[in-house]
Amino acid sequence: MSDTFKLNIDGQEVEVPKAYTLMQACEEVGAEIPRFCYHERLSVAGNCRMCLVEWEGAPKPLASCAQIVGDLRPNRDGSPPVIRTKGAYVEKARNGVMEFLLINHPLDCPICDQGGECDLQDQAVAYGRGDSRYDENKRAVEDKNMGPLVKTIMTRCIQCTRCVRFVAEVAGVEEIGMISRGETAEITTYLEKSLTSELSGNVIDLCPVGALTSKPYAFNARPWELRKTSSIDVMDAMGAAIRIDSKGDAVMRILPETNEDVNEEWLSDKSRFVWDGLARQRLDRPYVRRNGKLQAVSWPEALDAVKAALSVGADQIGVVAGDLIEAEQAKAALDFFRSLGVKNTDCRPAGAQYGLSGVREHYLLNPTLAGVEESDALLLIGTNPRVEAAVWNARIRKSWLWGKLKVGVIGPVADLTYPYEHFGNSPTALDSEAVRAFFKGATKPMIIIGEAAVCRSDGEAVLAAVLGLAQNVGAIAEGWAGYGMLHTAAGRVGALDAGFVPAQGGKSTGQILDGSVKTVVLLGADEVDLSRLGSSTVIYVGTHGDAGASRAEIVLPCAAYSEISATYVNTEGRVQMTTRAVQPKGEAREGWAIFRALSGLFGKVLLYDTADELRGVLRGKDGENTPFSGRGYAPGAKGFAALSAAVPASSGAIGNEPFGRSIDDFYLSNPVARASRTMAECSALATSLDTAVAAE
Amino acid sequence: MALRRFDLDAGGSSFAFKPETEEKIAFWRGKYPADKQRSAVIPLLWLAQKDNNGWLSEPAMREVADRLEMPYIRVYEVATFYTMFRLQPVGKFHVQLCGTTPCQLRGAEDLKEVCTKEIGKPMHVTDDQRLSWEEVECLGACVNAPMVQINDDYFEDLTPETLSGILSRLRNGADAKSGPQVARVNSAPEGGTSVLTDPALYDGSKSRLAELPNLPGAAAPPPAPPPAPKVEPEAPKPPPADDLKRINGIGPKFEQMLLDMGVRTFAQIAGWSQETVVSIEAKFGFKDRIDREKWVAQARMLAEGRIDEHDLIFGRGKD
Repeated sequence: MSDTFKLNIDGQEVEVPKAYTLMQACEEVGAEIPRFCYHERLSVAGNCRMCLVEWEGAPKPLASCAQIVGDLRPNRDGSPPVIRTKGAYVEKARNGVMEFLLINHPLDCPICDQGGECDLQDQAVAYGRGDSRYDENKRAVEDKNMGPLVKTIMTRCIQCTRCVRFVAEVAGVEEIGMISRGETAEITTYLEKSLTSELSGNVIDLCPVGALTSKPYAFNARPWELRKTSSIDVMDAMGAAIRIDSKGDAVMRILPETNEDVNEEWLSDKSRFVWDGLARQRLDRPYVRRNGKLQAVSWPEALDAVKAALSVGADQIGVVAGDLIEAEQAKAALDFFRSLGVKNTDCRPAGAQYGLSGVREHYLLNPTLAGVEESDALLLIGTNPRVEAAVWNARIRKSWLWGKLKVGVIGPVADLTYPYEHFGNSPTALDSEAVRAFFKGATKPMIIIGEAAVCRSDGEAVLAAVLGLAQNVGAIAEGWAGYGMLHTAAGRVGALDAGFVPAQGGKSTGQILDGSVKTVVLLGADEVDLSRLGSSTVIYVGTHGDAGASRAEIVLPCAAYSEISATYVNTEGRVQMTTRAVQPKGEAREGWAIFRALSGLFGKVLLYDTADELRGVLRGKDGENTPFSGRGYAPGAKGFAALSAAVPASSGAIGNEPFGRSIDDFYLSNPVARASRTMAECSALATSLDTAVAAE
Repeated sequence: MALRRFDLDAGGSSFAFKPETEEKIAFWRGKYPADKQRSAVIPLLWLAQKDNNGWLSEPAMREVADRLEMPYIRVYEVATFYTMFRLQPVGKFHVQLCGTTPCQLRGAEDLKEVCTKEIGKPMHVTDDQRLSWEEVECLGACVNAPMVQINDDYFEDLTPETLSGILSRLRNGADAKSGPQVARVNSAPEGGTSVLTDPALYDGSKSRLAELPNLPGAAAPPPAPPPAPKVEPEAPKPPPADDLKRINGIGPKFEQMLLDMGVRTFAQIAGWSQETVVSIEAKFGFKDRIDREKWVAQARMLAEGRIDEHDLIFGRGKD
């Protein structure tokens, strides 16, 4: 029996695999099939009936999304079955379906946020009647509460159940369902509780009508007024592809774009709804602290103040780069401070024990995010991907759902939306029979260590143990580099690649911030502990008035990720670029340009005058292979050679202190998110839910 | 069908199955494999409704969900889909009045008026907590239309007067007779049967072993010329030593056939070998029946005089 099947679709003969659905086969020949309930990444429901096609000889039209090609039969004379996706028969069928869908759909497009990007609207124009024959009362449905992100106007719902399938299958929290039956059927959460998934915003994109829309974006703009800019998200270290929709100088909303290698087509709630934080608490002018209060000053005044503050001797200056730093700023700042002779530079969290080995693969997620679909055994060490890389967690879940992947965890117990084997809380579990048994028989083992697991006193030993484990269980082989580090900060890998670590004899983040240097420069570093700074003078270069700015003596405003075209390297080592969607706020400058200007002030002019020249330096000369020379590709399995080298012996031994959590509050993990009202609301809700659970 | 929502106030905050229900829960759960326990959701919801005075409260639904390790929303979907799960409190006697076409044509509308007058609006519970009613779709007793179901019993062939009488008896704590409220047995004709009245239809005398020519196993059966009439005058048989009809499965006809073959006592049957059984079955024209009905074991028991034991296990047979 052959695995393919011949069809005649709209007069074209085509041979497709038997496992294809009829809809896939029709799209193979370029036919357009309308649909509401069908979605490529969800299970097939077959309930909207919009995708009807004609099979010649069949008594009724077929729902092409639910018809497997292999179940069709050739004609009696052996010729391939004749399928028609056009013509009077199909048009009449779709017209009828559309008329029924519209019977109970309100005619409120003028006040509907989906207007202009509504599947129902578009398809009603293409396939529907010009007018309505229905003059009975329409049904009305109560709106439901689904939390602070998803606004519901349930009368518009056409019961396609995409949202139900998404939260159950992809997000992994069964919270939306269809209750009652027939005409009274309604989509709701259980007793109208808020959604708890960190992927809940995706139901807004999935909803083909205006039943689920974005609450923060409600009535803000029409899609045709918005300027759409493809960019990269920086809320976590994945670097998801996003589209920034802006109007004038304001970011109006953020939507996911498709990048199969990174985020498929999903986006976490933090990345999607953080945009109001880009307009609040922003630093739009330089400030200098005078008489205990920050006063707005001009750029020349501020730079003079910086010059004074930096005239304390190179070993009395410490520079800490924050989580959202772009590679350009890291490189320019590093070049500038190195030219002053500063050795105390660091971009890693306090206590970090990695990144100094000179082996890039040690801090990359080498198996790649998409690689989890090939893997058959995944061990997560000191990391909670649901919080640290929510979209990737959905991919792990997908792989587990397909039955290919088993997951093990060393670290805090958390609900990851899929079952896993727990080997213990502390690094001592690494060297156990259970872990070795877990990997027995695995052909593509994957070992992921969280950043938190190496930001501790025994971090070096933990890293060595994990690398050793990866080699021992066969995770490192030609064509498969199964060891990876999952970062939490979008700027970390780029800064590490730029070399933003302490120079020989230099101090690391923890030592810079303990009050032992006279001047501390914070490059958007708000996640670090600033309480021990003592009398250090603080220069803060960043976007938001957050922890760093409020402690600073001098504040230099710079552009946020939506306002510059800048390079970010994601946790896989994938070099990607954001695109400027709106102008920087007020007098804010691009980060690298601030250090270019400072370098002139110190008479040590940096060798690049534009961002492109700077990126040229990062990329290296033609033919040279630097971390920045490829764009859009993750090195992946190429790193196996570096990883199969003998693991450098660590100085200390593994402790038995349990692994901690790297992110305490998913919704408030960076200055942009902390400035966002939406994120504050989500965080408050999540905290209250946590407390309620703890009280039970 | 109106919107159905949990009555959260009346449901309180907790629910527990009655101890005696646990056995039933275990029975239903036992029907499904460990990883498919969700399949028991409808029986468990039903038991919860029984244990909760005839309606399903929100805590009761959660209890079912927790027991089956299901997300609440999945159980909620089931509980709201099936209208026989009632999400609001009902009276001690809950009347489900069939309003579907046959009942409607036979006067269900009048019954509704009675319910409205005596109880109130649908799903309203009387002040004494004894009565409530709702209209439901076909309950499958159209031949006895119009009818209502009160708790687990059908009350059929109603008139406004008889329904009113039933309701007032229930309200006052008296029993009401379920079933048809007119002179008929179940769905038999009113006033007794008028056809199929011949008693011979029911005493077995009219039934006869039919030899079907194309029955599998009975290959090419030449319609045997009845030898019996010839045999009869030859030698009058001695009276049967045992009443073979005591064996459950042997009636007067089989007894006669056995006698014709010379089988007269329990002991003979008890001594049948497997080959004998097969050959006798071939003669009788059926298969496996002797084994299934355990004639041999019964005969052994009767031959040994363990008559009470036999009757207890197999019944008394057709004597």
